[in-house]
Amino acid sequence: MSIFPPQKRIWWNEPVEKSEIIWIVIALVWALIMFFMMPYWHLTGDQNLSTEAYRIKPDVFAARTEAFAEKFKVGEEGETGIPVVRPPAGGDVYMLARLWEWWPVLELKKGESYRLHLSSLDWQHGFSLLPENINIQVHPDYEMVLTITPNSSGEFGVVCNEFCGIGHHTMVGKIYVKE
Amino acid sequence: MATTAQFRTCPDTGFRIHLAADKLIKWNAVTAVVFLLVGGLFGLLVALTRWPAVHLLPADLFYLALTAHGLDVLLVWIIFFEIAVLYFACSILLNSRLAAPKVAWLAYWLMLVGAVMTNIAVLRGDSSVMFTSYVPMQAAPDFYLGIILFAVGALFACFVFFGTLVIAKQEKTYEGSVPLVTFGALTAAIIAVFTIAAGAIILVPTLFWSLGYISNIDTLMYKVVWWGMGHSSQQINVAAHIAVWYALAAILFGAKPLSEKVSRGAFLLYILFLQLASAHHLLVEPGLAAEYKIFNTSYALYLAVLASMIHGLTVPGSIEAAQRKKGLTKGLYEWLRKAPWSNPSFSGLALSIIMFGFLGGISGVMMGTEQLNLITHNTTYVPGHFHATVVTGTTLAFMALAYWLVPVLWQRELVLPGLAKWQPYLFGIGMGLVSLFLMGAGTLGVPRRHWDMAFSDAAITHDFPAAAFLMMGLNGVAALIATLGGVIFILNMVGTILWGKKKEAAPAPQAAPEPQPAAAAGAYGGAGTMAVPGTFVLALVFLAAFVLYYFVNWKYLASVWGLS
Repeated sequence: MSIFPPQKRIWWNEPVEKSEIIWIVIALVWALIMFFMMPYWHLTGDQNLSTEAYRIKPDVFAARTEAFAEKFKVGEEGETGIPVVRPPAGGDVYMLARLWEWWPVLELKKGESYRLHLSSLDWQHGFSLLPENINIQVHPDYEMVLTITPNSSGEFGVVCNEFCGIGHHTMVGKIYVKE
Repeated sequence: MATTAQFRTCPDTGFRIHLAADKLIKWNAVTAVVFLLVGGLFGLLVALTRWPAVHLLPADLFYLALTAHGLDVLLVWIIFFEIAVLYFACSILLNSRLAAPKVAWLAYWLMLVGAVMTNIAVLRGDSSVMFTSYVPMQAAPDFYLGIILFAVGALFACFVFFGTLVIAKQEKTYEGSVPLVTFGALTAAIIAVFTIAAGAIILVPTLFWSLGYISNIDTLMYKVVWWGMGHSSQQINVAAHIAVWYALAAILFGAKPLSEKVSRGAFLLYILFLQLASAHHLLVEPGLAAEYKIFNTSYALYLAVLASMIHGLTVPGSIEAAQRKKGLTKGLYEWLRKAPWSNPSFSGLALSIIMFGFLGGISGVMMGTEQLNLITHNTTYVPGHFHATVVTGTTLAFMALAYWLVPVLWQRELVLPGLAKWQPYLFGIGMGLVSLFLMGAGTLGVPRRHWDMAFSDAAITHDFPAAAFLMMGLNGVAALIATLGGVIFILNMVGTILWGKKKEAAPAPQAAPEPQPAAAAGAYGGAGTMAVPGTFVLALVFLAAFVLYYFVNWKYLASVWGLS
């Protein structure tokens, strides 16, 4: 019994029961399939997270994002005063996270690719693009650069899903994707 | 020393019980249950706040309650109970005295003082930083100090465990190798040492940072090292509750492992690989290499998942073999149909195995896949997953053990045996539904650790679909059912200890028939071993569910925006 020492002192030479051997082989094969799915998707899949990142000071990132917003601003988001920014397709796009907003609002074109730069000016935040449900962690002092290609149009929410204090639940941004 | 140690003989099991170990096991277990009560009630407050129609607490108290909930149940309840299991596995199962009871008491007090200190910091309201306390969000110094004291205490307890293994061997209190359950507990203790080391490496500097002696803690490095503690501590739970599964199968059915070699080999895989996986929590962080993430998150070729799949076959398989030996051989499942489903030790064990595998295991591997984590990270899918592993897996297994252990150690009868029959179903199925609804809401993108999914006072808002609101409401209902189950458990335990009827001199325990080694399955291995067709078919059903669910999520990932 499992709560007593093994009945036979030399337990490691006992033969293994057949159903156990079959199950171990099946489980091992499945484990290897799951393992190789990840490199396989890097080769063939369209959704792989970029590993491009830089160290950056929050004020430097804020300055770059403000310059970007000023250059391509096309309007404001309702009464909020947050600029709506329409960058050229294929270009660099900046979005910063701070207590408690995503800034600015972006307007992108469906089917085009953009280099999105993400960083935080204070604490950690979570970039959750909804309803796509793409979730990326945003750190202060690190600038992450990833290429995004919207494949659907409409209005997308950017909800913060990393706890960032008492106003966390009000931290929502927007991305519009036009046809 | 050995000659002066005081023992009593357990009338139910015949084990020689060292009185000092007896007392330590009792105190650790009782303290665990008290924190389960406190942490569980915080959990109910969290679920009722996230139920959109109820929305019980204001934001500040919600984040406070959530921090306390994680701390008290994930850390304090589970580790105190695990220390009790460690002492049980090394002293009672080996018929040995416990090494250095004074150190064990020091460990107990360090853990208790640490737990209370951190709780006070949280309840004061200035340390609502969540269980993970990600920098640069800062808690009060006593928040970190309390966790450090708790961890040092747990480390001392592990050393008492190792020391007891050594003296039991020296004093020849058992023949041959240690029992499988003790081996599983040893696995848990080894992982615990690595876990606590990682915790010390990150929490000690963080304490000095909160005191102002260190100016900056790198946010990414904090997470890499913190999860060396945070994730590995969940692996302690897995190893410990699987040891408890084997123990319950032996206690209830006289079951013996189908093969010692395979079951111990699977525990060895845990020691080697299970504690790798801190990268589960780092899959969508900036700048980490894909090669590192793939190797680490898969525990190197999923060898720890392989080990869990082996235990998933061998624990029910050992029960099937024992039942068939007793003559329950009709068809595939007579052994299972005629199992003692109204004994909470068995129903708790069965639900723990099923839900840990189907809900916790499959979802964990899915969201721990490098790319698939993109569609689950920090949504309610994550707490959905770990409520299946840590609550329906670990906590339910520990409850099942407690139904046997508490009456045996205290020599008292359960006060509410009628309610106890229903308790594992209420608690287990309630928590299973909590897991499912949280995971369902997570696939719709509902964020975890979030006070208001309606964004009623936000400048910009996002509209979640009605289904997401419905699922968070159902989650609240399921949490109420589970709470009812949890309260029945605690009433039963506390009531039994305080007011339970003293057992007769020569009892015939209903819940735990005296295991008869001779009556159990004969020699295992080779021709003498019973085949386990029923368990094997169940394992294939599990595999089919696993494969299907895994690829459904790849299909879902393939439909979202391109990312590179």
